[in-house]
Amino acid sequence: MDVFDKYALVSGRHSKVVQAGADPFGVCVNQVLSATRGRINGRDTILVGTNNYLGLTLDPECRDAAIAAIREHGTGTTGSRIANGTYAIHRELEQDIAEFMGRRSALVFPTGYQANLGMLAGLAGPRDVILMDADSHSSIYDGCRLSGATVVRFRHNDPEDLDRRLSRLADQGECKLIVVEGIYSMLGDQPPLAAFAEVKERHGAYLLVDEAHSVGVLGEHGRGAAEAQGVEAAVDFIAGTFSKSLGAVGGFVASDHPKFDVLRFCCRQYMFTASSCPSSVASVRAAFRRIREEPELRQRLWANAGALYEGLIALGFDVCSANSPIIAVRLPDEETAFWAWHRLLEGGVYVNLALPPGTPNGVCLLRCSVSAAHTPDEIAEVCRRFARVAEELNRSGTTQVRLAAHG
Amino acid sequence: MTPDDDQLFRDVCAILERYRPAHVQLTPATELSGELSIDSVAAMDLIMEIEDKFGIDIPINLVSDLRNLQDLLDVVRQQSEGR
Repeated sequence: MDVFDKYALVSGRHSKVVQAGADPFGVCVNQVLSATRGRINGRDTILVGTNNYLGLTLDPECRDAAIAAIREHGTGTTGSRIANGTYAIHRELEQDIAEFMGRRSALVFPTGYQANLGMLAGLAGPRDVILMDADSHSSIYDGCRLSGATVVRFRHNDPEDLDRRLSRLADQGECKLIVVEGIYSMLGDQPPLAAFAEVKERHGAYLLVDEAHSVGVLGEHGRGAAEAQGVEAAVDFIAGTFSKSLGAVGGFVASDHPKFDVLRFCCRQYMFTASSCPSSVASVRAAFRRIREEPELRQRLWANAGALYEGLIALGFDVCSANSPIIAVRLPDEETAFWAWHRLLEGGVYVNLALPPGTPNGVCLLRCSVSAAHTPDEIAEVCRRFARVAEELNRSGTTQVRLAAHG
Repeated sequence: MTPDDDQLFRDVCAILERYRPAHVQLTPATELSGELSIDSVAAMDLIMEIEDKFGIDIPINLVSDLRNLQDLLDVVRQQSEGR
């Protein structure tokens, strides 16, 4: 028995796609040309799958802040937050986040993934019950497991199902924690937060919203789905990431709970990892400033998203996402989805190929994420490339893109 | 099996039917992932269907320990009694 035998099935599935001509898990951007363009396989490619919602990765102010921080503080901290890894800039970033999110306190983690792990494992223990949306991100599943809590899933975006389960679990566990996301990463849909908040209040539970895809994207000030839906007061804990709209690496959790900061000494994912490098801390502080000072970024993002959304629907694609910066095109099966993804890449457009088990309900998706930095020409070009793929699919007769969508 | 057990067995089998290859017969010893086409994602869907059918919650902490149909029946019974 070889130690890797357990992966035989996955590995076979991977070999099959690689033999078909390209590796969707091995795309290499050889050169970054702009926030929306990169050189892939020697070709100038429009990037429509980077979650770089505001295009801030190459923003001059953010870049200058990062460079200055490296000159001043060095490339890394070589320490954890509880030892030598807390610099003044870490504290300042946490204050910035708390202020931006309108919360009493915030904790910074080296990645968004770790922020979710740390938050779930830090908040819930073996005597608690976590109720999580069934379509939650892997980091939430993993964090739930780490917590040792009893973990129950409720149907995606279904407050009534949550309510039923909370009623059944009424006498179980000491504390109940409900976990939802502000925007779901595959289909761009939002949770009905007011309804969830009502259920939460009635059952005396806590509510954690992971705003990874919604900070900088939703709400008048960019605070996310809770702001956009006017229910911030009902949200007890907010998790977020620096690796999407904020253009760096890291994550945070914020809360008004007066005892929140005890996690600095009780959350292992916060305590036993090196602190964020100075360049990330500095560029994220600059990115929060940019978001505050330039709401036009968000307006441009939504205008671009709307244009691509309408464009792909007009082409007859089965767009199964919400009208959001995440636009998902459903294809009938894995083979067709891979073929279409590959054709787009050859045509100079990079999107994400999203397949089960990473997708809800086993759908095969071409997942696009739009940026404020896309030009109208780029969006039009992406639509033209998709149109070519649609023509080829329809001509081949094996798949009617149009039929898949509207029967 | 008591009549209740028998009913439970039949109800769960009705839900599992969709995952049953033609040559496999459902018995308490049937392996869920080995003999039925239930991968990790299908298992999650299946659990939710069973939760709805019996009005129970099956924590996902328990799911990875389920090997065969008998394990599943035991969990359903245990969670139904705990209600």
